[in-house]
Amino acid sequence: MSIQVRGLTKRFGSFVALDDVDLTVRSGTLTALLGPSGGGKTTLLRVVAGLEQADAGTVVIDDRDATRVPARRRDVGFVFQHYAPFGHLSVARNVAFGLEIRKRPKAEIAARVDELLHLVHLEAFADRLPSELSGGQRQRMALARALAVEPKVLLLDEPFGALDATVRKELRQWLRRLHDEVHVTTVFVTHDQAEALEVADEIVVVNGGRVEQVGTPDEIYDRPANEFVMRFLGPTTALGGGLVRPHDVEVLGSAEPGAVEAEVGSLRRVGFEARLVAHVPGSGDVDVLGSRSDPALRDLRPGDRVWLRAVGPVVDPSPPVPDAEGSEAAAPGEPVGVAASSRAPVRGGVPA
Amino acid sequence: MTVVAPAPQGPAVVSTETTAGPRPRPERERRGLRVLRPASAAGLGLVTLWLSLVVLIPLAAVVVTGAQGGWSAFADAVTTPVALSALALSAGLALAVAVVNGVVGTTIAWVLVRDPFRGSRLLDHVIDVPFALPTIVTGVVMIALYGPASPVGVDLVGTRVGLFVTLLFVTLPFTVRTVQPVLEALDRDAEQAAASLGASGPTVFRRVVLPVIVPAIASGASLAFARALGEYGSLVLISSNIPKQTQVASALIYGKLEDATNPVTSTQQAASLAIVLLAVSVLVLVAVELLHRRGARRHG
Repeated sequence: MSIQVRGLTKRFGSFVALDDVDLTVRSGTLTALLGPSGGGKTTLLRVVAGLEQADAGTVVIDDRDATRVPARRRDVGFVFQHYAPFGHLSVARNVAFGLEIRKRPKAEIAARVDELLHLVHLEAFADRLPSELSGGQRQRMALARALAVEPKVLLLDEPFGALDATVRKELRQWLRRLHDEVHVTTVFVTHDQAEALEVADEIVVVNGGRVEQVGTPDEIYDRPANEFVMRFLGPTTALGGGLVRPHDVEVLGSAEPGAVEAEVGSLRRVGFEARLVAHVPGSGDVDVLGSRSDPALRDLRPGDRVWLRAVGPVVDPSPPVPDAEGSEAAAPGEPVGVAASSRAPVRGGVPA
Repeated sequence: MTVVAPAPQGPAVVSTETTAGPRPRPERERRGLRVLRPASAAGLGLVTLWLSLVVLIPLAAVVVTGAQGGWSAFADAVTTPVALSALALSAGLALAVAVVNGVVGTTIAWVLVRDPFRGSRLLDHVIDVPFALPTIVTGVVMIALYGPASPVGVDLVGTRVGLFVTLLFVTLPFTVRTVQPVLEALDRDAEQAAASLGASGPTVFRRVVLPVIVPAIASGASLAFARALGEYGSLVLISSNIPKQTQVASALIYGKLEDATNPVTSTQQAASLAIVLLAVSVLVLVAVELLHRRGARRHG
């Protein structure tokens, strides 16, 4: 069941939460809305669920215009960051809620609740109250409750945001496996890029009420559309007028095409990493991250002369491109992902 | 959508989380086993002494006075037609007032919390006026509005309707003030979750909101009941104190105490009636406490 969003705009007073957003979520995918706090991703999710009304634009769920449909008729499962349990009902009754509303036969409800509690590993907790569960257990209960009514789409708002780091990692891997089993079109909001990269089939980077980029985790990582996406996915450093990731900087002992001359400032070893700071005359310091066993880094001393070259994506540190669709436009350094795919047909007949 | 058995890796989630077991017992239950420190012992002693002097001893005195003539004298005092009528009137009015203000007070609290309007802050303050007003002033207010010189042409003096209206006025704040904070603290996400699961507005209220606020409504209604049961000052002017018609229990008790013809007997009779009111109040408070415990177990 796909989701299509067209021209969605939402203001809270003078604050623009969504600014003419277009988005298509393909049926059966697990999509992450990734972005900083206040970027509009939660608002987008809530508008899709019908919990918030947009000022302009349309929402189409499963090829039906849902823009004016109230939340209770949208067939959307929604999971809240703080679980939103019905505190006066047992875990089983929480899960059964949507089915009871739909006046399904008692036996059918009981069977379905058993099935779902099994799915989320809460069979032993059916008669507990939500207050007697841990955070992770409450969130799994909320997930089962949302899945019980067989929604067309499942929307999760920062589902693991209130959990501690260990539980969060376990639950996101579990969510991935769960999605592989139930295949319901799922959109989850997160500000954690590792979570999005690890779990999602597709990532939508949202910032300032706009979609910055849409793509698979590999596309987003290897071909960031602009400086914002690049910076949001991890540390960056400036090299030769572009932004690169510190671990995508190659250190060479002699001048080569595309390489920039620099002087070693410092070299520190942290665990298995080697962190080099090199000074480029007339430009500034460049951070380089490598392996401590890397022969190119191992024997460097402060003051040594080196040449630095980007081997990963390079992004122009200019203001974000207004048209987020043109992800290839901002790649002056020819990122590896693009290079690899365009190289293949050229060298197709040449034996390696 | 199909639901299949969990993946083999599944139990990894369970291992760290579900083995946590039941949470430790609440503080209150462990405290009973603790040996008191001197300061705590002194505090407990002071509280017990104060409660005894101010509450328990006077209550005991009433019971002793009421029981002076033995069971038959007590039964005689509370089963005369006049006494039965006054007790039934007081209890009936208190019940009716508690029910009406339970509903109206909840509605007012809902409007104040959920649909604030221009002037709702003012209303929020006005709610407390009946509570702050000296009862005899309330009586004068009621006579001014519903007395023989009523500006709206409604004379309720000497009628049960007059008593009912006055008690509604006096007990209005209770439910509003008990329900309001609970509504303010309510998790709005749970209501939205219910809506996204297919529940309509009334269903969300009935199945998600009401169960959470019922203890607060009961609390407010029981306070209103207790207040109405023993209310005297605001009723004394409008009731005309007609036996078997508009004489409430508190007025009958007052009358007995004022009766100079046979002071010992009438004081015993007054105390007997007081014991009945006391017993009913205690019963209501215990019932509400039990309801609260059920609620606390659910939300603890």
